[in-house]
Amino acid sequence: MSNLQVSIYRYNPETDSAPYMQEFQVDTKGRDVMVLDVLHMMKEQDSGLAFRRSCREGVCGSDGMNMNGKNGLACITPLSEVVKGNKLTLRPLPGLPVIRDMVVDMGLFYKQYERIQPYLQNDTPVPAIERLQSPEERDKLDGLYECILCACCSTSCPSFWWNPDKFVGPAGLLQSYRFLADSRDTATSERLTDLEDPFSVFRCRGIMNCVAVCPKGLNPTRAIGKIREMLLADAT
Amino acid sequence: MVTNITSFGRSGLSDWLMQRFSAVVLAIYTVFMVAYLLLNPNLDYYAWTALFDQTWMRIFSLLAFISVAAHAWIGLWTVTTDYLKSTFVRVGAQSLIILAIFVYLVWGIQILWGA
Repeated sequence: MSNLQVSIYRYNPETDSAPYMQEFQVDTKGRDVMVLDVLHMMKEQDSGLAFRRSCREGVCGSDGMNMNGKNGLACITPLSEVVKGNKLTLRPLPGLPVIRDMVVDMGLFYKQYERIQPYLQNDTPVPAIERLQSPEERDKLDGLYECILCACCSTSCPSFWWNPDKFVGPAGLLQSYRFLADSRDTATSERLTDLEDPFSVFRCRGIMNCVAVCPKGLNPTRAIGKIREMLLADAT
Repeated sequence: MVTNITSFGRSGLSDWLMQRFSAVVLAIYTVFMVAYLLLNPNLDYYAWTALFDQTWMRIFSLLAFISVAAHAWIGLWTVTTDYLKSTFVRVGAQSLIILAIFVYLVWGIQILWGA
């Protein structure tokens, strides 16, 4: 079996005037390993290769990248899922500034996350025990709280590419709805007021790239639809 | 909240609702027009003017014209804010678009009541 041909994006702003693609030959010994394993094999050949990783099991969200044109987590993506014709092309998450090789600057992504105030707000007196929820109220948070902020969705969204400073993006909006839907949160109307402009929510055109790439199988488009419903109910 | 002063309704929610409402109006108008033309294969000038002489048809057509104007402005405003990053170019394009829409709207009203 021939070696896997890997083409990877390289850019070191201290030494390179422009980014370029570097070719690697990786011997996977015929095993269906994860893309992250291939990256480690490449790092053995060239220790200067930079990429982020941590838990290597799809929980930390560090190794989001573009693999053969589709965003995903390298650690939980087997070669059999992405490799076509023995070739693998790896690029950093699209749309974010590259710091070096596969490492991107997530500043704008986190800024939008911070903007939606991703924490419980409740102005009623603190009870002696926990703020209780019925099982039905708790069920509304399923499919929302599981997000690991890997940025695969937001960086696959053209609306986020064009206006990352104004459009909250699918990841931020999924979390926004997670707090809008929480029965214990009392800041609902303030949260909605901050979202009704033409950019924050409404720049979503519903193309569902976010749903197609989410490694956790979440559905930001559905959450955005729910936010629109809440805005409509609140303002008409 | 992101500030803007050139969008149709100054609010994403109102623009979104208007875009959907105008789309429904345009869909109904299109279906009506296609059906009318299919059901009247030997259409002549007199039948056509008779159709547009009726008040309900003028109201329906004016509603469709205004829907086109609003729909086009909301859609093209979105396109300009996505792709035109230079403020000078973007405001220039938005001015041209709104001018063209205004001309077409007045022109359409003149045709509707001018015959």
